[in-house]
Amino acid sequence: MNNVHEDLTLTWTIGGFDLHFSFSVIFMTTIAALIVAIFSIVGARKLAMRPTGLQNFIEWVMDFSRYIITSNMAWEKGGKFIVLAYTLLFYIFVANMLGIPFELATETDHYVLWNSPTSDPVLTLTMAAFVIILTHIYGFRMRGAKEYFADYFRPSPILLPFKLIEEVSNFLTLGLRLFGNIFAKELVTVMIVTLAFAGTVGFVLAWIPLAPWLAFSIFLGALQAFIFAMLSMVYMAHKVESH
Amino acid sequence: MDTMEFIADIQWGNALYQLLIFSLLLWVVSRWALKPLLGVMKKREQQVNDNLDNAEKNRVEAEEYLEQQREELKQAREETQAMIDNATKMSEQQGKEIIDNAKEEAERLKESAVADINREKEQALESVRDQVASLSVAIATKVIEKELDENEQEKLIDSYLKEVGNE
Repeated sequence: MNNVHEDLTLTWTIGGFDLHFSFSVIFMTTIAALIVAIFSIVGARKLAMRPTGLQNFIEWVMDFSRYIITSNMAWEKGGKFIVLAYTLLFYIFVANMLGIPFELATETDHYVLWNSPTSDPVLTLTMAAFVIILTHIYGFRMRGAKEYFADYFRPSPILLPFKLIEEVSNFLTLGLRLFGNIFAKELVTVMIVTLAFAGTVGFVLAWIPLAPWLAFSIFLGALQAFIFAMLSMVYMAHKVESH
Repeated sequence: MDTMEFIADIQWGNALYQLLIFSLLLWVVSRWALKPLLGVMKKREQQVNDNLDNAEKNRVEAEEYLEQQREELKQAREETQAMIDNATKMSEQQGKEIIDNAKEEAERLKESAVADINREKEQALESVRDQVASLSVAIATKVIEKELDENEQEKLIDSYLKEVGNE
């Protein structure tokens, strides 16, 4: 079990600092990004006033992102974040789904080749950091320095330490929630599949827990993608809108 | 494991790559998918709004026309009714007039007939009276002529009677 997330790692040392690139994460994020990009671009290739097929689907995702934004802030302010919301939602959903059909690992060393990239904490925390930093940038830009810093002392200066802790905890919870869910999902899936190879009886019976678990995984992946996008917009709204 | 070691142990390369690819994805999706899509969606929204506005306008117009037509129909009906009423009244009046005229004419004719009759009667009487008078005068003359004797008188009366009988 410890081997689930051992990777083929490539290390690149710059100025005495090691940069680790692990093959599976890079491979899987690239695939997820490519899927999102291809779906979006193909869907938007032949734009029609009466949408059909893929365009319909893309527009539906778009409307959903718009719903996520408008349930947090005014559209005049939040409209510019639709690309962010859309990409977060779609990308994390695809990333979550990737690990569901199968997981590839090398036989001898259990190097993972194919899994959900979101089951890697570094990746999810990177996404979370990206979002949190963006909220600060936009909060600063859209409301000005005075308002931005004044927010740390509202409604009372006593709250300053809590506000600072909140920023850190937002970052950690946003990233680790996604990681925890997907990692646990993969772990349980791997356990059930391992059970299937324990013997003939296990091979026959393993489908009984596996099928509902995979169905639940789809639900979980979709839900986590929604939650991540929703929370990103909640934090964004906190920074961008005056209270 | 001290803090530095922990930090060094994080796969920064992955993080960097992830950041890069996600930013790239954001840009690509925005540039080639969402911007044109948003444009189309906005255009469609505009079109739907326009269509709805137009439909509303057309509906109002149609209602106006309908109201106008209804008004005109009502007016036409009223006019027809008035015309029919007028015609009836006029015909009644004319009929009455004709009857009145006829009655008057009849009355007049009757009166003139009566007058004629009276006049004729008068004339007839007049002529009779004249004749009687002349007859009486003639009788008187005869009487006076023949009053000399009794025989003569008798003869005279006879002759008169004869005369009367012959007449």
